[in-house]
This record gives sequence, structure tokens and C-alpha cells, in this order.
Amino acid sequence: MTDVLALSGVSKSFGALRVTDDVSFSVPRGQALGIIGPNGAGKSTLFNLITGNLLPDAGRIELLGRDVTRVPAMERVRMGIGRSFQIPQPFEGLTVFENLLTAAAFGRGRREAEVEEACIAILRDTELLRKANQLAGGLTLLDRKRLELARAMATGPELLLLDEIAGGLTEAECRALVATIRALHAQGVTIIWIEHVLHALNSVVERLLVLDFGRVIGIGEPAEIMASREVREIYLGMEF
Amino acid sequence: MGARVTVATRAGRAAGIAALALLALGLALPAFAGRAMIQDLFFILTMLTLAQFWNLLAGYGGLVSVGQQAFVGIGAYAMFAGVILAGWDPVPAILLGGLAGLALAVPAAWFAFRLQGAYFAIATWVLAEVTRLSVAQWKALGGGTGTSLPREATSDMAFVAAIGRLFSVREAAARDILAYWLALALAAATVGGIYALLRTRHGLALAAVRDNTEAAKAVGVDAVRLKWLVYLIAAFGTGLAGALVYVQKARISPDAAFSVTDWTAYVIFIVVIGGIGTIEGPILGVLVFFALQSAFADYGSWYLMALGLIGIAIMLFAPRGLWGLIADRTGLHLFPVRRRLETGHATTRGD
Repeated sequence: MTDVLALSGVSKSFGALRVTDDVSFSVPRGQALGIIGPNGAGKSTLFNLITGNLLPDAGRIELLGRDVTRVPAMERVRMGIGRSFQIPQPFEGLTVFENLLTAAAFGRGRREAEVEEACIAILRDTELLRKANQLAGGLTLLDRKRLELARAMATGPELLLLDEIAGGLTEAECRALVATIRALHAQGVTIIWIEHVLHALNSVVERLLVLDFGRVIGIGEPAEIMASREVREIYLGMEF
Repeated sequence: MGARVTVATRAGRAAGIAALALLALGLALPAFAGRAMIQDLFFILTMLTLAQFWNLLAGYGGLVSVGQQAFVGIGAYAMFAGVILAGWDPVPAILLGGLAGLALAVPAAWFAFRLQGAYFAIATWVLAEVTRLSVAQWKALGGGTGTSLPREATSDMAFVAAIGRLFSVREAAARDILAYWLALALAAATVGGIYALLRTRHGLALAAVRDNTEAAKAVGVDAVRLKWLVYLIAAFGTGLAGALVYVQKARISPDAAFSVTDWTAYVIFIVVIGGIGTIEGPILGVLVFFALQSAFADYGSWYLMALGLIGIAIMLFAPRGLWGLIADRTGLHLFPVRRRLETGHATTRGD
């Protein structure tokens, strides 16, 4: 019951291709779980199954002990799933603050006035407070990534899903973003994070899940997983 | 560090005061103005109302309809039905126009929302044609040739006698004054109502959906419900405006009440030249449109071609319309919606 998310036997096929194959795992409250695997391993599909943008062919997905397998994506946002997009998708014509207000008002089902304080706190946590009144369309890549994070947090999530949020950043930018994610995690939010930038991922998550051909081929402590033969084979030639 | 969220600006407050002053002047105007001016203002106010609702649909909701004449027509015919078939006074019968617009909008949206973009636009036009052809079968209301409001209905219309005594004018002029006041009230309620809607969280949601529908859904914005909301509001308001226009005209036919040129093409022209997606745009647009029409309407089809060319030129060289040009130069917003966070730290660049 302390699991924020639990998947059991979840499968999804596109035609003859099984992109998610009998996946089972759970994430206890407050934990940060990293998901790694080669391109095409089915990471994004797994994400979309969790958010509800895709429905599984078989299996069961529970959010906070409630079966959400057939619950539409928008409903899951209100139940506590916040997500960031791999390529930042800000509301460009709105300011940074308005981006958060929108997410908070609708993600939490509140009036604007009731969520202003929470939005200001998130702006501070994500170091966007100085840019609160700037149009989101004019932000740098790092700030767009921060905005993705902030907007997902604004929906008041129990579970934060991060989709390759560290990709495309310089080393220094990446460190700054990781520091922000660590700070959010320290506040107790549960995180599932797909990432190719392994050193960034491993400096935050407590557990790693390895996906290959749609199957879970390993789950456990990052050090242990990174040392395993299967992972080394998959990532052969990759630096980490 | 105290943080505060505000929407008000000095320009916005000044515009609000100016709007109230204009409204008061508008109410008092029949005491000084002649009948021709009252009729011109009636035309401007009703076109402004139609333009604001089309702008709500297309500019804010992303629903480019070319079938709003369906709601003008059905609203007007519902008012006629209330007067001729049920013996209502024309003034309260205007409300029937709004309700008829709503009643038509529910099946129309159910059908048209299955389609996107250009296909949606064509569907709205087809629905308007189907509605026109159906109404033309309504023999009790004159069928294809149309009919007039009965003499006793217009002469006994509520308030007309009182207005005639107040301004010492004849019945026909008193009727125009009444229609003008109603148009003024409807236009003011439309502009005020749409502005109030944009100030609620639904205003943010409309902007979010317009910018990025996928991301809007991911933060819990129900894009489909929002579309329904603006479509129904626009249908109700357009129905009311249609009914009011035909209270003043007192004569109706399917071809006139469902005219795509009068109730959609001109309206789109007004919004596009004025500036789509702003409240100021249609206000400026209707004034330009009226000036053009007064000056050049005698040139017939040459006039229509010129309107088309002006519309195309604006779309190419100033896609945000005349108001867009003004706002870019001056940074002026008469109807501010931007939520500004005022802290010691926040800068206000990029606004």
C-alpha cells in the first residue's frame, strides 16, 4: 500500500511487435527509480502506458493502490501523475509563471488564487523565479528543461515522470539540473526517470530498471545493475 | 519578500474607465443623434458582437468556423417563430434566438468536432447550408421567400411607445432606438463577458491549448471540454445577435438570414484586419470595416474584391492585424490578461 505505482504483467504490442513484454515492478513512496535500456527497448512506450497515453493489451497498473489500467491520461494527471516531455513543450505564448498557474489550476482542480503560493514556491525551487514574467517561448534550453520540471511539479504530483530531461545539455547545465532534481526528490516526491545520461541518473536514483526488447532484464541498486554482465553487454562501448 | 499576482495595468484601468464613459455616452446618444446615425451604430454594434464571438471561436479556441451564419439564421427564425406562432413580444423573443443557437450547437458540435482544421471549417459550412434549406421548408414562416413581423407585433413592441414619448420621435424611429440600446447592451455584455472568461483559469487553458494541445492535456486541461465551452457560448451569443438584427429589420428570408457573406465573410474580415486572438482587434476591425463600407459599398462587386485583397494583404504582411501592429509598437493592452508576479526578483522582460 506504500507503493505509489505498481505494474503487474503489463504488455503492449504494435502489430506483431511486442514493445512491452510482461513488465512488473513497483515504486515505493519517496523512491527515485531510473529506467535505462538501448534505443528501441520500449522505454517511451512504458512511459506512455504509465501516463495513460497508451492502454496496455494485458496486465494491471495501480496508482496509489487504485487500479488505473483503463483510466484516461487526463484523469491520471489529477490523480497525481506529472510528466516532463523529452523535447520541452512549453506554452510559448504564456509566461513562465502562467505556465505553472495553468498546470497547477487544472492538474489540482483548483482556482488560480488557491495555487499561486505553490507556484511561487516551485519557481523558487527550480530557480525560475527571476524569469517568472518572461515568455516561455524565449527561454534557453536549460530553462526550458527547468520549466518542464516546474510545470510537472505544479500539477501537484505524487509521481513525477522525467523523460530524458538531461539530454542535450552541456556538462555544467546538466549538473545544475541534477541539483534541482535532487532538491525536489529530497522534498519527498516519487520519481521515475528515463535517461541516457547515466552519470546524471545515477547521482539521483536509488534503484535502476533495465529494459531490453520490452522486457525487464534487471532491477536493483544502481552499482549492482551497472556491474551486471547483461547491462555491460547492452552498453558495450558506451561510457559511463 | 512579498509576492503579489496582478493582472491590472494602468492602460487597462484607463481603458476600463473610457469604456464605461463610452457606454454612458452611448446610452444617452439617442437624445442628440439622428436616426441614420442610430442605424449605423446598430450595424456596428451587432457586427462587433458577431466578430467577438467568431474571434472567441477561432482566435482563442482554434475553431475556424465558416458556418456561423447558421446561428444568426436559426436565432432570427426562432425569434420570428416566437412572435408569429406563439404571439410573443419581439424583445423577449430575442432570448429564444440564443436558446435556438444553443439547441443547434449541440448536434452541430457533436458532428463537427470529429473533424479537424479545414475539414471542421467545411463541416460548419455544410451544417449551415443544411439548416438554411431546412428552414426554407418552414411554410408557417414564409418558406423560401420569407416573411415579415406582423404590423401589430412591431407597433405594440415593449418600450417603443415610451421611447417615442421620451424623445418625441415616431414609432419606427423609436423602434430603432430600442434595437440600438439592446445592441449596445449585447455588445458591452459580450466584450465584458469574454474578457471575464479570459481572466479565469479557462483563459489560461485556452492559451495553453492554442500553444500546445499535447502539453495542455498533460497538465490536466480538458481540451475537448474547452472546445465545447467556447462553441456553445459563441452559438448562444450569435443566436441572440441574429435575433436582434432581425427585430430591427422586421423582415426575414432564408437567403438573407443564412447569408455566408453578411454573417461570416464580413465577420472574418473584421477579425482578421483588426487582429485575431485579441479583444481589441475586432473593435478596431469593425470601425475599419464600417468606414470602408460607407465609402465604397456603392461599387458593388469591386468593393467585395477590394475587401478580399485588403484581407489577403493584412494576412500576408500583418498576420496579427492592425491591432497587432499597434500593440507591437506601443506595448499597449486595453484588456490585459497577463498574470504578472511581482516580487523583488522577478523581471518583466519578454512581455
